Parts: sequence; structure tokens; C-alpha cells
Amino acid sequence: MTAVRYADVEVGTELPERTYPVRRRDLVRYAGASGDFNEIHWNERVAREVGLPGVIAHGMFTMAQAGRLVTDWVGDPGAIVEYGVRFSAPVVVPDDDTGAELVVGGTVTKKLDNNQVVVAITARSAGAKVLARSTAVVRLA
Amino acid sequence: MAINRDYLGRVYELPEPYEVTRVKIREFADAISDPNPLYRDPARAKEAGYTDVIAPPTFPVILGMEGVGQAVADPELGLDFSRVVHGDQRFRYSRPLQAGDLVTCRTTITGIKALGGNEMLTLDSEIATVAGEHVVTSVNMLVVRSAAPAEK
Repeated sequence: MTAVRYADVEVGTELPERTYPVRRRDLVRYAGASGDFNEIHWNERVAREVGLPGVIAHGMFTMAQAGRLVTDWVGDPGAIVEYGVRFSAPVVVPDDDTGAELVVGGTVTKKLDNNQVVVAITARSAGAKVLARSTAVVRLA
Repeated sequence: MAINRDYLGRVYELPEPYEVTRVKIREFADAISDPNPLYRDPARAKEAGYTDVIAPPTFPVILGMEGVGQAVADPELGLDFSRVVHGDQRFRYSRPLQAGDLVTCRTTITGIKALGGNEMLTLDSEIATVAGEHVVTSVNMLVVRSAAPAEK
């Protein structure tokens, strides 16, 4: 059960913006946990050979970080009814200790029936919009 | 190399049910650096109304990836995985996956199309318990980048 009450939320309510680091070691760890070992997520040579600017983050890693904006807000990740994103640009992750930065924001864009709301999610990295048309539907208290 | 259009509608099922475990959920939550206690503490998860720790919302992609893996391993499909980037991902949940769930995953190729030199492959994965309760549907669109991006 979530702590956020449907009655307290309005269209236009903003979720606090968050910044997450994305480093090569995060991608290697995510590859292991998720089973997605595509070499473009850890091998610079292969990434460049297929025309990418360098190693890029798993879209699903980005989606997980962006989803945290919503699950941290409501507390209960089980309150998410739908979650969808479009990966509009890659998160390029340099081979250094800092890596890339992912800046995630969200706004309530619609109140639905059954205590559900739609949250539009934005995510940027190095000035590029890395998610597009990304929304979560969440059931509130 | 084009994706084999005959594969539209093809179905891949997990060879055996997938068991969702506390250890795997914790490993996944650690990998996305998410400290939420509902992923780790069974007592807290039970207080919140679940039978055990729950999995993060994007965890079901592990099952979808199994289906993709089965497709990629089939040379007749013609999918060059090194050229694949994830285009779009959507989940529709009946409830979160929980530790102790024994689930099946049925992945169907629902779309194959060309767009601007790239190809797009859409896969729908239906994840349900072995008793037939729907848990989550994962819709995954992959973009296979053109082999010669500089020659357009």
C-alpha cells in the first residue's frame, strides 16, 4: 500500500527530480543480473564497429533508474499498474570513474478512475533526451 | 541481412517454469542500486500485503530476455544481436512478481518491419503462474541497426 493519497495529487504535481550515476561497472553488474550480455554494453570495440559512439547503457538499466522516481515516490513498487518507455537516444557511458549522469523527472499528467494517476517521465543524459513518450500508471491510496 | 518475415507469429516458451527467488530479486535490486526494503525484507513485504519480497517493476525483462535469447539462437531468424538496440519497452502488471512464484513465459513475435534502413522486431511475453494467473505482460521492441549506417 502506498503512502501517497489520490486526493492529495493534482494534474501538474511534480515528482522530485533525481540524478543517478551510470558507470561501466554498473553496466557489467546489470548485464550479469539481467542476463543481457550484448557486447555493446561493455565492449568499446564492438560498440564502435556497429556504429555507436561508444559503450551504451542497457535501455533496461535506464528504465529501471527512471522507474525509481515513481517507486520511491509511492514507496510500494507493487502500486505500478503499467510502465512503458521509448529509448530515444543512447546513454553513452565513458570508461572512467564518473561515467554518465542520468537526470530523471516526472509530472502527474492525468487522474484516472480507481485511484490511478498517469505520471509522465523525462530522462536526460549529456543534454540528450534519452527517454520519450514514457509513462507510468500508478494506483494511489 | 533481413529478419526472416516467416517468423511473424512464432512462439517461444520457456522449456521449464522460472522460479522467482529472494536471492535473484536481491541481486537484481543491487544491480540497479535500488535499496527499497520491499525487495529485501520479507517481513516488510508481508506488512505491505505481499506473500514474500516483491521484484522490481523491470525484473520481468529477465523472462522476456529468455524468449529473445531463444529467438536469437535460431539462425533462421537472421537476427544479428550485436546490432540490436532496445527501442521500446512496456509492462502491464496484474501484480508484481514475488519470491516463490513459479511462472511460465510465452513470447510471441508480434511485429517485424523495416524503417529507415533499420529493422524493428516486436516481442510480447506473457508471464503467468503455473496455475494460470496472469502476472505481467512485457512488450519489447528491438531495433536492428543498419549494417552500413555510413552509406546512406
